[in-house]
Amino acid sequence: MIINFKINGKETLINLTKNKRLIDLLRDDLKLTGTKEGCSIGECGACTVIVNGKAVNSCLVLAQQVDECDVITVEGLAEGNKLSELQQNFLKYGAIQCGFCTPGMLMSAYALFLENPTPSREEIETAIEGNLCRCTGYKPIIQAITSTVSGE
Amino acid sequence: MDNSFNIVGKAVIRQDALEKVTGRAKFADDINEPGQLYGVMVRVPTVHATIDEIDYSELLRVKPDSIIVDSTDIKGSKKIGAIRQDQPIFSFDKIVTPGDVIAMLVGESEDELKSLSKKVKIKFTELPALTDPTRSLEPNAPKIHPQYESNLIVHYPLRKGDVEKGFKESDFIHEETYTTQLVEHAYIEPETVLAIPLEGNKGIKIIGSIQNPFTARKVVASVLNWPLTKVRIVQAELGGSFGGKDDTMNILSARAAVAALKIGKPIKIHYSREESILESYKRHPYILKYKVGCMKNGKIIAMKIDILADGGAYSSMSPFVTWRSVVQATGPYDIENVWTDVRAVYTNNPYTGAMRGFGSPQPIFAQESIMDEIAIKLNLTPDEFRRINGFKAGSFTASGQKLENHDVNLLDVLDTAIKETNFTSKWKEYKSKTSFNGYQLDKISDTNAEQLILKKKDYINPNKLLWKGIGLSISYRGCSLGAEGIDAAEAYLSVQNDGSAYLLSGLAENGQGMRTTHSIIAAEVLGISPDKIYYLETDTGLIPDSGPTVASRSTLMGGGAVKAASDILRNRFEDFLRLEWKLKSQSEFIFKDGFVSVNGNPQQKISFSDLCSLAYKNGICLAAIGWYKSPEVNWDEHTGQGSAYFTYVYGCQVAEVTVNIGTGQVYIDKITAVHNPGKVINLLGAEGQVYGGVTQGAGYGLWEQVTTDGGKIRELNFDQYLIPTAKDLKEIKPVFVEGKDVYGAWGGKSLGEPTLELTSAAIANAIRNATGKRFYNLPINLEELLLRRKLFPKDLKRGSS
Repeated sequence: MIINFKINGKETLINLTKNKRLIDLLRDDLKLTGTKEGCSIGECGACTVIVNGKAVNSCLVLAQQVDECDVITVEGLAEGNKLSELQQNFLKYGAIQCGFCTPGMLMSAYALFLENPTPSREEIETAIEGNLCRCTGYKPIIQAITSTVSGE
Repeated sequence: MDNSFNIVGKAVIRQDALEKVTGRAKFADDINEPGQLYGVMVRVPTVHATIDEIDYSELLRVKPDSIIVDSTDIKGSKKIGAIRQDQPIFSFDKIVTPGDVIAMLVGESEDELKSLSKKVKIKFTELPALTDPTRSLEPNAPKIHPQYESNLIVHYPLRKGDVEKGFKESDFIHEETYTTQLVEHAYIEPETVLAIPLEGNKGIKIIGSIQNPFTARKVVASVLNWPLTKVRIVQAELGGSFGGKDDTMNILSARAAVAALKIGKPIKIHYSREESILESYKRHPYILKYKVGCMKNGKIIAMKIDILADGGAYSSMSPFVTWRSVVQATGPYDIENVWTDVRAVYTNNPYTGAMRGFGSPQPIFAQESIMDEIAIKLNLTPDEFRRINGFKAGSFTASGQKLENHDVNLLDVLDTAIKETNFTSKWKEYKSKTSFNGYQLDKISDTNAEQLILKKKDYINPNKLLWKGIGLSISYRGCSLGAEGIDAAEAYLSVQNDGSAYLLSGLAENGQGMRTTHSIIAAEVLGISPDKIYYLETDTGLIPDSGPTVASRSTLMGGGAVKAASDILRNRFEDFLRLEWKLKSQSEFIFKDGFVSVNGNPQQKISFSDLCSLAYKNGICLAAIGWYKSPEVNWDEHTGQGSAYFTYVYGCQVAEVTVNIGTGQVYIDKITAVHNPGKVINLLGAEGQVYGGVTQGAGYGLWEQVTTDGGKIRELNFDQYLIPTAKDLKEIKPVFVEGKDVYGAWGGKSLGEPTLELTSAAIANAIRNATGKRFYNLPINLEELLLRRKLFPKDLKRGSS
């Protein structure tokens, strides 16, 4: 089947099999390998992308479900060569170690901001609760997101 | 902050952060090779069996052109292992644990291969399964590896003084037994490897999520029966490891290499989470028996320790892991008489090996729990009791090693933690509140159903269910490999004629931030910005074998090598400038902010880039190799005496918790982690180690457990295996008490593992402080706290049967 959707701002027409997962469409067909696969059952959040403003686990979404949708992946976060404030704060506060959870983590945080530009610390923790990180202990990530809210 | 440094000790942003934050970083599964095929494993759903026949006929009937790779394709070593070669690349004689792989099917579609894998018919004879390590050494226990005399993998004795005499002279004896559980590394990136056969005689290139490229190379070369030079291992960006991407990755590399050479095409293997948890090794479960002889004045004079480690189906790193345990089992206490036995045994359980902490979190949980119990018995606070026995400069360890030549600042670290948390008054206050009438945790048991029904008298005001507690734990940790093996590392630094530089060390970036740490060291010596340093790709063809990236040794050993290389170049530049500027031989220089000037004459200066250009034009070699070898250490296998490690680090963690004694839930309010890592090189990286290590340690203490049912793992994914989330730890506070040391780069030593090893013990002691009850078995989850036992699905009998 053919679907038409926007990926990181770009209109895309693609022919796919009905049982293809969104993560495979992104990684295999569109070569957007920033989105990671960690568990394939929607528990780790490494594959988080944004569909119509909501953070979703792309391993649990069928590719055909994004027909007519607006999809954002980690590759779409920076404006050209300029990192977004959120990305810059991930650097500044040491929110990255191995970096495997980072794309999903960024997308969950970004989706939170789309919905609520001034989230509380608790709302931030809830937003990234579904993103597992084994390296950072989450504190620097929470700090990076909090600082993005306050514009520090 | 130490003002003599320009960059060292400050917070420096990771060099690899830009690619990681934009999704451009290439992890192993992000790399593909044209024409690559996939490898899918064939396993047998059994725990212990002899393999009678592997029958591919049905597979070949369904798909005649199936590509099968199994042990018959291996020309070199069919079994591998660091000490004992007991682990097959492909099983051919026995199945000893459910993760075992018989064969690999190769093709274009993984989905098709997975269904085809069911067509391989394996005839096997089931053997009795051995899943209880306490039965492993019984004479009639099933033998896991019949080529060895018994199921004993290793036994380390340690004998110091006269322990029986010590017990006789003690005012009292305290004895307790503790157990720890099987846990999974849970790196978020599952294992992936890509093997690419190279043209002509060039051999094979392997790119993967590999923690120890040199070990992987050794294993692959031995399996292929090839020289080391023909196997090139390139490390992809590694998505977490924590000790976990060693053996498993070496074996996957070997399987991919054998297949790639058999068919002449690139082969990729990438594991699902379920396969990762099924086949990869885990942390050793321990059973720890401690007997402590103590005087009324609080002085410990004798300690007898008996530790049994479940090595699972293969020996793997058990001989190394348990060696660290025997060295450190008493904890950081000066005790005259010590008798320790540590044994690791085979079972049919998932095999166990290296995991961050490496044989220290288990004894620390036991020993620090006991220290608190004895302190309470003596009516001392936990810190008072530890001050009486804790290591000071000149103290002797259990192996008879005198602690000297470095800051033995255990008690400074302890005092800092006590002050930072206002420990003593909190501890006393919470302790005084723990006599709680009407709630008898211990008496609840489902053997008497009547007791499970709450009566009116059992009603507790919900506000009274939340109890606060504070607890601490302390440790010392030997840095790097110690007497485990050869300990040396290399670094290559090549400055370009524009003042930028290439750097590469023989250790690996596993996500910990090593590349940045090493770059800071080189930049500090040369007085340039770390941005000027370009860290090269880890490739076994480009740098000498520097041993594995384990044992929190990358800053100490790799950093030492980088500093050595940087010093060589700096000396060369200084010699050149003395000639060029016609200076006296004793004249000194300042390398700072991209300029080099004469000390005492700041007018005479040159930019670092101009200096490089000038030196290059004068034919000066701008590249250097630095080598860092550890000082001599020694160990007597029979007595367990010797200088086990050349230097040590010290730590203290304080846990503050709230326990809901109605639900058994433990809330972590704050962990204060005070560590002496020697010299902090990158503050941002050091704090990151603390946050991450503490969080893993909390998971170990409270939630995480891989359980097996007849040897088969129940928790194969993150829906059942629960690691801490962003909501599970309220606050973590890293505090560094730096200590002077002559080793490594300016005394920068170890931090990665100390941060994890202390947490579960501190939490256990905080729970004790809150509830007045001691818990002996990790994890201290809801069931443990309320029922003093673990509950598994198999325990629940439902229905009429």
